[in-house]
Amino acid sequence: MNRRHFLKSSGGVAIFIGMSGLLPQLISCNDPKKIGEQLTKQPLTAWVKIAGDGSMVICNPAAEMGQGSMTSLPLIFAEEMDADWSRVSVEFSPQEADIYGGEGWSPGTKLMFTVGSRTTKSYYTVMRKAGAQARYVLLHSAAKHWEVPVSELTTSESFVIHETSDRRMSYGDLVPFLEMPEVLPEIGEEQLKKKKDFRLIGKVIPRTEIPAKVDGSAQFAIDIRLPEMVYGVMERGNLHGATPTLTNKTEIESLEGVLKIVTLPYAIGIIGSTLEQALEAKKKLQINWSDSEASGHNSQRVYERYKKMASAQNPGKILIEKGDVATAMKKAAKTYTADFRNDYVCHAQMEPLNAVVQVSADLQSAEVWVGSQQGPDTKLGVPAILGIPPEKVNVHLQYLGGGFGRRSMNDFVEECTLLAREVAPRPLKLLWTREDDFTYGAFRPLSFQRIVAGTNAGGELTSFSHCVVGDGGNLVASGAANDHYNIPNQRAEWREASNGIRLKHWRAVGHGPNKFAIECTLDEIARDQGLDPVAFRRRLMSDSPRALATLEKAAELSDWDGATRQGRAKGVAFVEHGSLGTGICEISLNRDTGVIRVHNFWIAVDAGVIIHPDNVRAQMEGGILMGMSSVLKEQITIEEGRVQQTNYNTYQLLRMQEIPDKIETYLIDSEAHPEGVGETATPMVAGAIANAFLKLTGKQLRHMPFTPDRVLEVLNS
Amino acid sequence: MPLYTLEINGTKREVEVAAGTSLLWVLREHLGLTGTKYGCGIAICGACVIHVDGTPMRACVLNVEAISEGQRLKTIEGLSEAGDHPLQKAWIEAQAPQCGYCQSGQIMQAAALLEANPSPSREEIKSHMNSVLCRCGTYLRILKAIELAAQNHSPAES
Repeated sequence: MNRRHFLKSSGGVAIFIGMSGLLPQLISCNDPKKIGEQLTKQPLTAWVKIAGDGSMVICNPAAEMGQGSMTSLPLIFAEEMDADWSRVSVEFSPQEADIYGGEGWSPGTKLMFTVGSRTTKSYYTVMRKAGAQARYVLLHSAAKHWEVPVSELTTSESFVIHETSDRRMSYGDLVPFLEMPEVLPEIGEEQLKKKKDFRLIGKVIPRTEIPAKVDGSAQFAIDIRLPEMVYGVMERGNLHGATPTLTNKTEIESLEGVLKIVTLPYAIGIIGSTLEQALEAKKKLQINWSDSEASGHNSQRVYERYKKMASAQNPGKILIEKGDVATAMKKAAKTYTADFRNDYVCHAQMEPLNAVVQVSADLQSAEVWVGSQQGPDTKLGVPAILGIPPEKVNVHLQYLGGGFGRRSMNDFVEECTLLAREVAPRPLKLLWTREDDFTYGAFRPLSFQRIVAGTNAGGELTSFSHCVVGDGGNLVASGAANDHYNIPNQRAEWREASNGIRLKHWRAVGHGPNKFAIECTLDEIARDQGLDPVAFRRRLMSDSPRALATLEKAAELSDWDGATRQGRAKGVAFVEHGSLGTGICEISLNRDTGVIRVHNFWIAVDAGVIIHPDNVRAQMEGGILMGMSSVLKEQITIEEGRVQQTNYNTYQLLRMQEIPDKIETYLIDSEAHPEGVGETATPMVAGAIANAFLKLTGKQLRHMPFTPDRVLEVLNS
Repeated sequence: MPLYTLEINGTKREVEVAAGTSLLWVLREHLGLTGTKYGCGIAICGACVIHVDGTPMRACVLNVEAISEGQRLKTIEGLSEAGDHPLQKAWIEAQAPQCGYCQSGQIMQAAALLEANPSPSREEIKSHMNSVLCRCGTYLRILKAIELAAQNHSPAES
């Protein structure tokens, strides 16, 4: 069998572009047998497949949780490959970081972890170079076929063109003539397309996975059904970390359909033949729970302790130190002190946590179906649990019914593996109920913040000291820096408290509470100094032209200087989270009920090169609405260590009747490297609303969420 | 276990489950109609909206025995032959979904509205759709999609 025959006979799957690090690993094309082995057996280093009819499949290495990776990353690849986008379909790549990883936390490392708004930023260059290498293979093959120098060839929308001889050939037609070069050239930045030549990046492109999301066919892990599958559920209680003692084991074991009871240090697991049988048994569990570190924790009373901690003399861990805050404070003409609080919030993603795991009969390999934001090892902790090498675990990534940081923690995958091992080789679907999701959630931490600021005689902000008290290190510390405000003396510190509550990154992490505190303090100072909030920030942003441009544009969009309707007021907030954005909202207030209504939001954002503009707008819209939901409504409370909220009736999310009339986003054009956009809008909301409220009422909202009760209390204070 | 016969999307389906089993688990786990989603289990999020004789209902709180043999059930899989219901087309045009998990429920809820009221006002849409949650915050685009679908089908336009 010659190579050409092989290529034709292998289902049209022909181009395999290998990458390992920056050096390609190529299949030897002189050895069809080896190709066959690699095609069928190897976790192949492949980004794209093309068939003779020109249709292509491009791999997406990132999780798709609504943020658009299923379109934006393959789009970057197709741009450099010069592919006809209408012939492209997209599949998730295998979960193998050596091959498909983006830029890791440190230079030279690779990572598959859809977190921190890093996807576009960390994959932009990876996808461009991989796409350019795919194009090179096509050029190289055409050059061989036509016996012309590669340098004489160009490409255009899935065609290779030799202008000198007036010949053109589609990528699909080239399939039988593909010649894998022995070595793929390193693609330098200078060989990549210039922004002015982009055909796909920055254009209006429908998202690839949306059609499947309107007819019920989009597959989430919760939708997986396999032959012989059994079901797992767990009772974890509402006191985090407590140890269970099951007191009616015999009764539970005798229930119809109960196959097994599995005891974990923090939970009782039930394996049932059907989901309803497993759930029925869960309801009947009688469990005595031990105390835990969380015992005695009362979330609404802990603020007094936090306040004392903020007032103590000893500083905490210094996060930022710039200039000399102490001296600047002594010299200040006027100082300001403000305290801010934020309650716990929960991710509340619509798809409850779940996974399907099948462990082989010999317990030496596993298949995993999951919606995960992945993890540093891409195998989500499964190899360690089973004591097997990572290559023995195959992860089939599914769409995520919401992530928001919750699915960057793979506790549910580990649980599913523990249960599946008990019934190997039968596959097991683990389902968290919605109640499990709230009561055993992993929350954005509650925190207390004190800001002390000083101004000079000219009203300029000369010092800014920000003390954060709470659990979770970076979970409360992120976003405390003011890199785009020209304040000569700055300090931020974290004072640690620990309450035994499970915590996790929640969209924008510490940026939400920290930007709230920072942006409100700025407005309170501006108000005291008789300055306009935009004008005050304009001066602070004098050294940061890109940030300033977002401020100016948002002010223009919102007609900041124009008249505002009776009973309404506008408020502004700036956020940097990779990308830079200014948001301005317009609110009104029902003074009888305490309900704040947000009428409009205007945003200007600079995210570098914009890959997929409509998707950036969608992220701004969603980010604002999730921000409004959390700022106006959401609240997890803990009493005697126990989580009080159990479902969407007690943990209320924003609903359609509460949305603004309009969210208008302006994208500032830029040549800079792309930055993430998923977490830039959410942290704008608290500051913008509170600042509008200050303008409207002269009163300060300093405790999130701004529930009607709290608003009335502030109004009447 | 008892055998139930259900008419779903125009087809009679038989299923053997315990009495008291929620229709949601019957649809999803026993019959493989997984477009209808589990979100809360207490009829408060709307991810499991289906039509029972044309009325939008929450499958999670309907027990299988509560459905009588003559009743017609419609799920997202049966809303249109080829995913081309005016709402589905409008949903794509508005690029409404993000994660997509709630969208079957949103579309089924909206479809019931348009059947009863082909040209609803914006406030009527908001009121009708208020009971279906979206965590990604796609409400503005859902609203736009419903308005698009209503426009495309209003008698004045056709």
